[in-house]
Amino acid sequence: MKRAGFANTWLPILLLIPQLSIVAIFFYWPALEAVQSSFFLQDPFGFGSTFVGFENYADLFGSAEYRKVAWFTVIFTLLVTFLSLAIALLLAVKADTILRGAKTYRTLLMWVYAVAPPVAGFIGVIMFNQTWGPLTNLAGLVGWDFVLGVKFNDTAFAMVLVSVWKQVPVNFIFFLSGLQSFPKSVREAALIDNRSASGRFWDITFPLLAPTGFFLLITNITYALFDTFGVVDTLVKGEPGNNPMTLVYKVYVDGFRGNDLGGSSAQSVILMVLVLVLALTVFQFRLVERRIHYT
Amino acid sequence: MAEVKLNSVRKIYPNGAEAVTPSSFHIQDGEFVVLVGPSGCGKSTLLRMIAGLEEITEGELMIGDRVVNHTDPADRDIAMVFQNYALYPHMTVKKNIAYGLKNRKTPGDEIERKVAEAAQMLNLGDYLDRKPSQLSGGQRQRVAMGRAIVRDPALFLFDEPLSNLDAKLRNQMRIEIKALQRRLGVTSIYVTHDQVEAMTMADRIIVLNGGRIEQIGSPSEIYHNPTSTFVASFMGAPPMNLLDARIADGTVQLDGGAHVAAAPNGKTGPVTLGIRPEDVKLDAAGALHFDIDLIEELGAHRLLHGKVAGQPFTTHLLKDVTVEPGRHGVRIDPSKLCLFDTTGSRL
Ligand SMILES: Nc1ncnc2c1ncn2[C@@H]1O[C@H](COP(=O)(O)OP(=O)(O)OP(=O)(O)O)[C@@H](O)[C@H]1O
Ligand SMILES: [Mg+2]
Repeated sequence: MKRAGFANTWLPILLLIPQLSIVAIFFYWPALEAVQSSFFLQDPFGFGSTFVGFENYADLFGSAEYRKVAWFTVIFTLLVTFLSLAIALLLAVKADTILRGAKTYRTLLMWVYAVAPPVAGFIGVIMFNQTWGPLTNLAGLVGWDFVLGVKFNDTAFAMVLVSVWKQVPVNFIFFLSGLQSFPKSVREAALIDNRSASGRFWDITFPLLAPTGFFLLITNITYALFDTFGVVDTLVKGEPGNNPMTLVYKVYVDGFRGNDLGGSSAQSVILMVLVLVLALTVFQFRLVERRIHYT
Repeated sequence: MAEVKLNSVRKIYPNGAEAVTPSSFHIQDGEFVVLVGPSGCGKSTLLRMIAGLEEITEGELMIGDRVVNHTDPADRDIAMVFQNYALYPHMTVKKNIAYGLKNRKTPGDEIERKVAEAAQMLNLGDYLDRKPSQLSGGQRQRVAMGRAIVRDPALFLFDEPLSNLDAKLRNQMRIEIKALQRRLGVTSIYVTHDQVEAMTMADRIIVLNGGRIEQIGSPSEIYHNPTSTFVASFMGAPPMNLLDARIADGTVQLDGGAHVAAAPNGKTGPVTLGIRPEDVKLDAAGALHFDIDLIEELGAHRLLHGKVAGQPFTTHLLKDVTVEPGRHGVRIDPSKLCLFDTTGSRL
């Protein structure tokens, strides 16, 4: 194939400048600032700062509270990712049998995706309203005294529920498209080869969905770690108290509520490292994925 | 191995289209039957109903001595080879072939033995550990065959299994499939729109047209005694010559008045006259005038294209005879003539 080239070296650079400057201004610069301020102790009233080296990090790793939030984040991420994927897959497999070719339904089923996380959180707040929230009432029916924002486990439950609810449609659409892109005859050959529907699912459907599933796994982990900020924020209303939160939310709470910019920066640096590790893993898996990609 | 009986089997798709009108036929044990017809005539629909992949709207389907209308495809004791092979892309060749056996609780050593046997029969020994994406079209085709034969089914179903292969490979596989079927003696139903495949492979041919059975018969019956102009023009390459003619004064006459043959008793009026290209002889004293426009050289023989009585006409000429374009006399063997009425049915 012939490669198109630019005669002038400056033109491509000029064309890339808008994109590069956005990345530089909104990503590299703040990231560097964060790394820098993570080594300082900020005066809470904004009068200067003192260099403290790795003390902010040491404080974090020594803090029982930070470890608790980290644990919660891990469990929250695992739960949200697993439930979002599993529920979406189940729905997609069920829908696939009846929806073959009916594309309009897919679009209809997609609408929850358009709901912004804070709005999803707000819907959760309404559903779990202490006096008239339908889900609170439903919990009451089975003898569960549900109190959002007060009881740790109840709030965590609502957080997981809303986050999963928000993510299932996206996963559903991807799984459904994945399912509908298999050749019909492969499915039919399996129908002749194996009488058990669950056997066909695990032997044929599931492995064929692996590339889609892997992609969704990564996006869902990222979603649970970072994009659930809005959901968490709405549900705990900026009142950490005894409430569960994720690491990303704690960065915000400590930095902007607690005015501990140094500690908060150290936390975001840790998160950056985490993302970097995640990105590298993804990159490595992409190489593997090429092997599980079928044509 | 089994007989297959269809009793007024009909298919109406949910959108109301009648893809197969009530059709009945009976396939003998071990017979190789080819379903042939133009695109959209309902061949695949019929085959898929037999496989259990498509629900039967009306009628009764028997495989062996069981009515299987409501039996799962996996329980019908059939194996099917699909047009696009339908191999499991994530499994090796070996696993593809073994999958159906594994699900039928076949003991491991027996699976090994059968897979090895099939691989040897189909020359797949070197490819057992490859994925389908690492195989050529012809090899994939063989894997699909292997998957069918290891199961020892009562019935093989083929849906245009060769149409994705190039012409040379198609000829080779055609012979291999036929030989394999002979050897295994498994009743087979083979769908194709290629009349050469139909003629060469079939014990019996079922010609379908617009969801209806036009004719059932051995290849030579279908070829020499077509019951309709549809069959006459569909089977054979080049197809049978069909000329508008009329019966008057007890003879069949072409436009322009040439007398071709004695007419069957008691018929008069317009008819269609059919004659196979190879049943026409060049003969200066012949009653018909053939205006040759084009000579097609095919090596072993030539095809002469042109017009008789102003209508398109083709004849067949052996290679050692030479002929120039222009007007020539031709003679038709009256015993080879087929006459059809104006609706296209055989008189
Ligand atoms: N799922 C369906 N719903 C409605 N109509 C269908 C469906 N599948 C096939 N048909 C119609 O039924 C008729 C027969 O289709 P079928 O696939 O059996 O044709 P075919 O003889 O196999 O053709 P081809 O040689 O092109 O494969 C066609 O007119 C087709 O449009
Ligand atoms: Mg077809």
